[in-house]
Amino acid sequence: MFGKDIMTRIDSTNIADLTAKANRKSRYVLRLYVTGATARSRRAIVNLDGICHEFLKGQFDLEVIDVYQKPSLAKDEQIIAAPTLIKKLPLPMRRIIGDLSDREAVLLGLDLKRKRQGTK
Amino acid sequence: MARPQRKAAEKRGIAKCRTGITGLDQIMEGGLPKGRPTLLCGGAGCGKTILAMEFLVRGAREFNEAGVFMAFEETGKELGENVASLGFDLPSLISHKKLFVDHVRVERSEIEETGEYDLEGLFIRLEAAIRRVGAKRVVLDTIESLFSSFSNTNILRAELRRLFQWLKSKGVTVVITAETGDGKLTRQGIEEYVADCVILLDHRVEEQNSIRHLRVVKYRGTTHGTSEYPFLIGVSGISVLPLSSLKLDHEASTQRISSGIPQLDAMLGGKGFYRGTSILITGAAGTGKSSMAAHFVQAACQRGERALYMASEQSRSEVIRNMRSIGIDLEPWVEQGLLQFYANRPGSFGLEKHLVTIHDLATAFNPRVVVIDPVTNFLAVGNDLEVKSMVTRLIDVFKSRHTTAMFTSLTAGDSTAESSEVGVSSLMDAWLLLRNLESNGERNRGLYVLKARGMAHSNQIREFLLTDRGVRLVDAYIGPSGLLTGSARIAQDIREQAQAAARKQQLARKNLELKQKRQTLESQIAKMRADFEMEENSVLRDVEDLELAEKDATLVRTAMGRSRQAELARSHGNGRA
Repeated sequence: MFGKDIMTRIDSTNIADLTAKANRKSRYVLRLYVTGATARSRRAIVNLDGICHEFLKGQFDLEVIDVYQKPSLAKDEQIIAAPTLIKKLPLPMRRIIGDLSDREAVLLGLDLKRKRQGTK
Repeated sequence: MARPQRKAAEKRGIAKCRTGITGLDQIMEGGLPKGRPTLLCGGAGCGKTILAMEFLVRGAREFNEAGVFMAFEETGKELGENVASLGFDLPSLISHKKLFVDHVRVERSEIEETGEYDLEGLFIRLEAAIRRVGAKRVVLDTIESLFSSFSNTNILRAELRRLFQWLKSKGVTVVITAETGDGKLTRQGIEEYVADCVILLDHRVEEQNSIRHLRVVKYRGTTHGTSEYPFLIGVSGISVLPLSSLKLDHEASTQRISSGIPQLDAMLGGKGFYRGTSILITGAAGTGKSSMAAHFVQAACQRGERALYMASEQSRSEVIRNMRSIGIDLEPWVEQGLLQFYANRPGSFGLEKHLVTIHDLATAFNPRVVVIDPVTNFLAVGNDLEVKSMVTRLIDVFKSRHTTAMFTSLTAGDSTAESSEVGVSSLMDAWLLLRNLESNGERNRGLYVLKARGMAHSNQIREFLLTDRGVRLVDAYIGPSGLLTGSARIAQDIREQAQAAARKQQLARKNLELKQKRQTLESQIAKMRADFEMEENSVLRDVEDLELAEKDATLVRTAMGRSRQAELARSHGNGRA
């Protein structure tokens, strides 16, 4: 199946802590749900990695989860499409589906587009 | 070559998965295609979700098959609340691992599409749910709502196609609900992927009454009923009302039962109606239809049989009171539990609801005899065609139970008497016609047997009297101006009585005359005999005298002889004394 290299836990603190952190530092809490080591899964991970490092350097917690390994999460997290990226924080929560190849759409979904425009 | 093979396949048929829903399995000839998806489509609020849920609940309860309900529109809690009124206890089924409800919530506004994706998440959820309870049945309600959540329809279509293939490979029986729209079975045309079986539900309001219908549009590999079947969402779930005359295989009874009116029984070959047949009584207002029905019911109760009286014009107590006026007391039968009334205005709910109620009553109370008085009142809630179809179903319900059913039908005024308003006469086994016969400024009731299948019956028109001791049929006279009824008949009666009296008098007179003649003759004979006797006596007396004289003479002669001999001894001479 997918390998532990993908299942990297960047931060293992709980949501309450994350919320506190995010509020403090405007941290991004992201969960990427994929289904196995498909080409599409890899593309999503690579794309997300690029975006995070470009726009959210040092202020994000990302966890990549293989739904095959934890099928119950599919129900709990309302996963239908794969891959699905859930932006848990900052609010509002957003779901970004697909292989994240449409960079503009991803930035829009992460509420980063306006921010980026603001910084420029 | 091909034929026998196909026949064999038909005989074997495809495996069916029983739904347990009243009537549906009958229409589907066994149930849904086992291990295959069935598409259940219909407009909003036509009962798709309830039917789908009942499929799972009954599966769990009656066939011990666990189910998965994947809800795309309602949460598990909402679903549970919605079907609780039908007696479906979802929380209990869930805790017993007979049911698993997964609410799939997809919020369009939360979603950003950023490239290629698939619906593998859904597959994983389904797989997990099926495994969790060991499900044999799956419902996807309403999967088409995914189309409003995701914008890439190409992906969706491909994924749905894959999903149905995958479900088939799992061997689960699936019900997929979808909303009809734009003149198509489903908005997104998913019937293309679910080609095995398609059921269409329909909900329409006609004349303030809502009517639900179910139709099997397609059922690959099996025969099925093709009509639109009305169905109801009742207190214990869905009831589909099939025309059970899909097969006309009622067992015909040769047993006869009394109509409760001896003279009428006499008209019906002397023995009354056949048991388990349908009897129609038509007539205008006030011709005595209900009275005949009351007789019929009473006769059944007297035989110790259960009877059901469905009144749609009068309440129970009104029927009882009114029937007392003709000397029929139904109250004791009610008290003994032999007679049950079902009084309801037809307009109170739709035809199908009535049908189901009647069906339920027939099943629960199991009457041998049923009266529906009058069936025409149902026209208030449906058109001719619908009422006819309902009556057909009713007849089938009763026939299949060997219940003898009497329907009364009101005909308007003195319109064409030989056409029953509901147009159901052809379905009936016996048809009695009550008519108002107007003549000589009065109105009288007449009855005749228009048809009585399978028995010799009288072709006579009888006058029908409502007396305080019930209905009485009297002979009607055919006079020179037609049928004589009422006072014309009474006048004829009197005339005939007078004639009879006259004849009787004449006869008496003749008899007397004869007697007198005989007496005269006899007295003459007596007189002649007396005369003769007198004559005879005198003759006899003469004869006696003569004989006496002769005797005397002989004696004299002897004596003289003797003395003469003595003389002769002296003188030989004959002498006289």
